Amino acid sequence: MIRLERRPTPSRFWSAAAPILAVALTLVVGALMFAALGKDPFEALRAIFWDPVFGEFAFYFRGQLLVKAGPLILIAVGLALGFRAGIWNIGAEGQYIVGALAGAAAGLAFYPSDSWLIFPLMVACGALGGFLWAMIPALLKVTLGVNEILVSLMLVYVAERSLLASAAVGWLRNPDTVGFPGSRNLSRWEASANPELIAGTGAHWGVAAALIAVIFAHVLLTRHLTGFHIRLTGAAPRAARFAGVVPGRLVIFCMGFSGALAGLAGLFEATGPAGQISIDFASGYGFTAIIVAFLGRLNPLGIVAAGLLMAVTYVGGDNAATNLGLPAAAISAFQGMLLFFLLAVDVLTNFRLRAGKGVTA
Amino acid sequence: MTALLELRGLTKAYPGVVANDGVSFTVEKGGVHALLGENGAGKSTLVKTIYGLVRPDAGTMRLDGQPYAPAEPRAARAAGVAMVFQHFSLFDALSVAENVALGMENPPGLRDLSRRIREVSDAYGLPLDPLRRVGDLSAGERQRVEIVRCLLQDPRLLIMDEPTSVLTPQEVEILFATLRQLSQEGASILYISHKLEEIRTLCDAATVLRGGKVVGDADPRQATASELAEQMVGAKLTAPRARAHEPGAAMLTMKALSMPPASQFGTPLHDLSFELRAGEVLGIGGVAGNGQDELLAALSGERPSAAGTLWLEGRDISRLRPTPRRAAGLLTAPEERLGHAAAPDMSLTENAAMTGAARRGMLRHGFLDWGRARAFATDIIGAFDVRTPGPHVAARALSGGNLQKFVIGREVLQDPRVLVVNQPTWGVDAAAANAIRQALLDLAADGAGVIVISQDLDELLEVSDRFAALNAGRLGAPVPAATLTMERIGLMLGGAHDLKGSRGEDVAHV
Repeated sequence: MIRLERRPTPSRFWSAAAPILAVALTLVVGALMFAALGKDPFEALRAIFWDPVFGEFAFYFRGQLLVKAGPLILIAVGLALGFRAGIWNIGAEGQYIVGALAGAAAGLAFYPSDSWLIFPLMVACGALGGFLWAMIPALLKVTLGVNEILVSLMLVYVAERSLLASAAVGWLRNPDTVGFPGSRNLSRWEASANPELIAGTGAHWGVAAALIAVIFAHVLLTRHLTGFHIRLTGAAPRAARFAGVVPGRLVIFCMGFSGALAGLAGLFEATGPAGQISIDFASGYGFTAIIVAFLGRLNPLGIVAAGLLMAVTYVGGDNAATNLGLPAAAISAFQGMLLFFLLAVDVLTNFRLRAGKGVTA
Repeated sequence: MTALLELRGLTKAYPGVVANDGVSFTVEKGGVHALLGENGAGKSTLVKTIYGLVRPDAGTMRLDGQPYAPAEPRAARAAGVAMVFQHFSLFDALSVAENVALGMENPPGLRDLSRRIREVSDAYGLPLDPLRRVGDLSAGERQRVEIVRCLLQDPRLLIMDEPTSVLTPQEVEILFATLRQLSQEGASILYISHKLEEIRTLCDAATVLRGGKVVGDADPRQATASELAEQMVGAKLTAPRARAHEPGAAMLTMKALSMPPASQFGTPLHDLSFELRAGEVLGIGGVAGNGQDELLAALSGERPSAAGTLWLEGRDISRLRPTPRRAAGLLTAPEERLGHAAAPDMSLTENAAMTGAARRGMLRHGFLDWGRARAFATDIIGAFDVRTPGPHVAARALSGGNLQKFVIGREVLQDPRVLVVNQPTWGVDAAAANAIRQALLDLAADGAGVIVISQDLDELLEVSDRFAALNAGRLGAPVPAATLTMERIGLMLGGAHDLKGSRGEDVAHV
């Protein structure tokens, strides 16, 4: 019989080792799943993890890694701040869409101007769009006590099904084409393009923004009073109020910050890799970023590693789907397992396993 | 008399510390046995061993002549051993009856159980409404839930860890009558307390622990309280003494403060007024749940009050939040250590920064200077003799008494203009309690105003210049403490405000 015994102090070792063990368990169980699907598990794992980084076509995949990791990290860093304080913004996907729409709309209003001011304006409007979309659940929570998880999640579908759909076929549609849904190509319009900054790396302005966000969040959490209050609120809400934290203000800050970063990620995606606002612009980054945030221990530096790892599974998963015929759902299940195992292994941070019966309860 | 519980050579070591070292003693059938010792003497580990929470490294126990080695609390309860913990194990979101049911092996239906709870709580002088939500109960009321839960199981051995710290003298009397009644019915009681006078009135045997070892047995009916204390501490005790000083100008003035309850079952505050002068210690006594938590929240700024109701040195601070109140010099220390006064999972350094950031110069343009925070935590640990490996340790790893020293020390060392403390010495051993009280008296002597909210009336009489009773959310007029006797205080706490000249209409909120 195995029992759990509460540790007097959270284990630093397990806090760091949990993600590694979770990845290992995911590999094992993932391999079993691939085998059950009739694929060679080693071949599949190689296609997912080895090929994108070291394989024959790695030169192509490597560029894709930062393209995928950039938005994941950017969004996850914002979410992690809120999660640390027990503020659950689950609707980053919606804020990502609204940010892209707001930024694209702001830029396209000046089409075909070639002013250099257009891109910065779009960036600002992208952040603002995500911020405002996140303010809906934030203000509802602060004023009426409405659960932010439900509201932010439901607003994803409002953003995707009504705003994005109507924009792609209606108010943002490229007037120069006939019949095709989707906006003008933003990546080919000089004033709005978000190009690769260093050729072959896939690094665009969104990756730069992610780096800045990581550093900002790291400094905020470790050195600044606001970051301390975020951690304090997550650790002991009543103690935080006693310390002088105003819970409502913290909700506004965390929701707004994560919304703005998600909006930025959307804008950089629309002007860069995606190139336009299309009907299928919603990519799932906003949801995957939740996994990235937890896999990175809600720690900005950990999120960088987690974002890169998750990007590998994205790129490698595509590779495996194309070359081995693995179903896309299997790749999603594989990614989901990561979060599942991480949360399970996380117990070891605060508890220790004791074998044998009757030692402790 | 025959032995009910025999302990032989119990030893339990944790990394770096031997909590129990060859502990042997015997609890007689029908006896009331006191277990004495400072914080960290190993009392908790010992009773956890008896209750099946800790397995000893060596040693044996016999219960009623049979070998007894409970693998878990359930086995202990099945053998007839019940325990009331100092820290409560209750679910906030559930009602009293539901919580009691959770601790029972075969709980009856809730309606039936509620009836039994009422019966037992009435019979044993521990009034309790089975339908109330535990989250809305004060610490004192929560403890009653724990006691009643044990009593419902007809235990052969009842272990009580600091049971009276939240009761009025009258209630203590009733509880003692209950315990004596239980012991006459043949049950044994293992009683842990720091209140030596209590042990002298209640217990018929005592074992003193120091540093994990039994340092002696005492007959508490023969020994004096100071003899017991010296045996516990291993040194002579000095009672806290106030330096001579004169009360000065008004520091903190509360004017007709009223406040609705924070939750459905909280206590509203009605028309509270007092004036606290520089150099004065104002003691506020009352049974838990009569508005102590609400009063502290109103003073700390967690719940701002109507404009014009609270003045600090001539400035209206009623609308200020905790941070600006601290900046102005009003510091507070709430009763609940874990989760309110301190964040359990955070280090002592972080907990030091929690309230000390501004006044101890840890902030530069919103950035925290962790070096200064660590230095402040180290100062507190040194000045208040907090037993811990260092400031990096999580608050929850400290024993209750040590954390209490840290929490009080954190506020005292910030040089407050006015300090408000709620239950400053709850669960703290005699020597540490004296040190805390001395620190409060020194603060007052240096010209600060101090408010001590407590249910420990000995403590209030020892430190207060003036005393006021908080009853059902109303505060009686403060009277000079020197003129008071225990009996009059008991009446004041019961709501008989005859000292104020008007008889209160309220029935005691117990």
